[in-house]
Amino acid sequence: MTAMLEVADLGHTYQAKDGAHTAIADLSFTVGTGELVCVVGPSGCGKSTLLRTISGLIRPTRGEISLHGNEVRGVPDDLAVVFQDYSRSLFPWLTVQKNVEFPLRRSLGRAERRARAAEALEWVGLSDADRKYPWQLSGGMQQRVAIARALAYRPALLLMDEPFASVDAQTRFELEDLLLKVRTEQDTTVLVVTHDIDESVYLGDRILVLSTSPASVVADLKVDLPAQRDQITTRESEAFVALRAEVARLLNVGKTSEEVKARRKANEQQAAKWAEAERAETERAEVSRDEAEERATT
Amino acid sequence: MRALTRGLLGVAGFLVVWELFGRSALVPAEYLPPPSVVAVELLKLLVDEAFLRDVIATVLALLIAVGLSVGIAVPLGLVLGSVASVRHATRAVVEFLRPIPSVALIPLAMVLLGIGPETKITLAVYAAIWPILFNTIYALDELDPLLVETARAFGTGRLRVLVSVALPSALPFVLTGIRLAATTSLVVVVSVELLAGGSGGIGQFIGDARSGAGRMDIVLAGTVVAGVIGYLLNEGLERAQRRWVGWSSVTGGRS
Repeated sequence: MTAMLEVADLGHTYQAKDGAHTAIADLSFTVGTGELVCVVGPSGCGKSTLLRTISGLIRPTRGEISLHGNEVRGVPDDLAVVFQDYSRSLFPWLTVQKNVEFPLRRSLGRAERRARAAEALEWVGLSDADRKYPWQLSGGMQQRVAIARALAYRPALLLMDEPFASVDAQTRFELEDLLLKVRTEQDTTVLVVTHDIDESVYLGDRILVLSTSPASVVADLKVDLPAQRDQITTRESEAFVALRAEVARLLNVGKTSEEVKARRKANEQQAAKWAEAERAETERAEVSRDEAEERATT
Repeated sequence: MRALTRGLLGVAGFLVVWELFGRSALVPAEYLPPPSVVAVELLKLLVDEAFLRDVIATVLALLIAVGLSVGIAVPLGLVLGSVASVRHATRAVVEFLRPIPSVALIPLAMVLLGIGPETKITLAVYAAIWPILFNTIYALDELDPLLVETARAFGTGRLRVLVSVALPSALPFVLTGIRLAATTSLVVVVSVELLAGGSGGIGQFIGDARSGAGRMDIVLAGTVVAGVIGYLLNEGLERAQRRWVGWSSVTGGRS
């Protein structure tokens, strides 16, 4: 199997006012072409940072990332991201169809864009919703639109950031199966970042378990389950149960020793700090809301 | 329909109070003529060619002023809203210029531009720029970073993000700014016509009717027309807003 994604000695340190915060320490792994790899780690361990560096949205401070052999500098051409918060990542002023066409506007003519959008919406079972607006759809349907948009782009690598964390359990099962179906049909390479252990086992061909921050790979587990998975029988199979226990152990879940508690608390505080540093890095600052509002109305 | 009925009832109530007040001995009838008298003058004016010319002069000045303000303030707002350093550099100047009332600039404008329509248009633009400019800057500040990241993750360049993400996302706020600006422009245009004269328009018509013949019935008829123009303008823009950016009210006023 050839490597689609190679991450070598990756590290990222945010510069904040009260010192530097290392989100990722020394991360190395590969994702083979056609593979579905899940990255699972404790909250605040730097998963989002990892995803942002791979997608080229931020430049890592150390190490190298390459996508089918080319080093990632800036946003790669053939990479698509599905974010957790579908309601904020779909454009509310565009119809479902136009949302799916959005990333294709640069490269394709109108007719081809339409055909691709129609095709991708069919894959996710939303052919009838093409003229609706995102806010007219349920959360699960909105996330399917986001998936269709990513697939229509025909990415070499599909990155998903906690894609099913904001939908109810029933919908999550449906979306997981939908993802498994389309990745088989379209032969897509997928990297899913999640904090849900069960989900990582259910979806993945492989699971990368990350350490608490600064993140590094604790274990690289192969998921020895049949390719065809089922929400009920797969989840009750011995292999599934054993694997989820192993991942949980690696993540120290359920252990409530004082040491673990203290470490977790420290981590959460760290996470909050990074979130702040990250915001500072990505956002334009200032003109407080009140100020602007007051000016606008006078 | 119910809202319309209520609105009409309100207007009718207002007219009744005005009528009673005008007919009472509290104020001399020639100072505040009752609406029945004003209405007669109003009907006469609506077929008076000279008056209609004045109406057209005012509306035209108003439309030009709003168009120019949009053309200046929206691009300027996009620049100031997305480049923090420029915004900081211009802050002091903007904060100095903004509170100056347009009407206080009439003498300066007359010296520089004379008493033609340029004067009232320029002063109206001066007043109309601010609400559009600040609403555009504010809208960019409120722009959801995830929308920008989504677009960027699909390889959209900075300029394209500005045009196809920031601008549509800001549109509801910009349109509100334009609505405020249109009403402000009407006030300034009519004020300048009234105070500076020379360029026709409803304002000058009102001024002439007052100072020449002292005909308050004609003055009030002209005032009513100005009010109706303002009302129609606001109503039209509100409808456009509902139609074009209806999405913003359903998404919880996010943008």
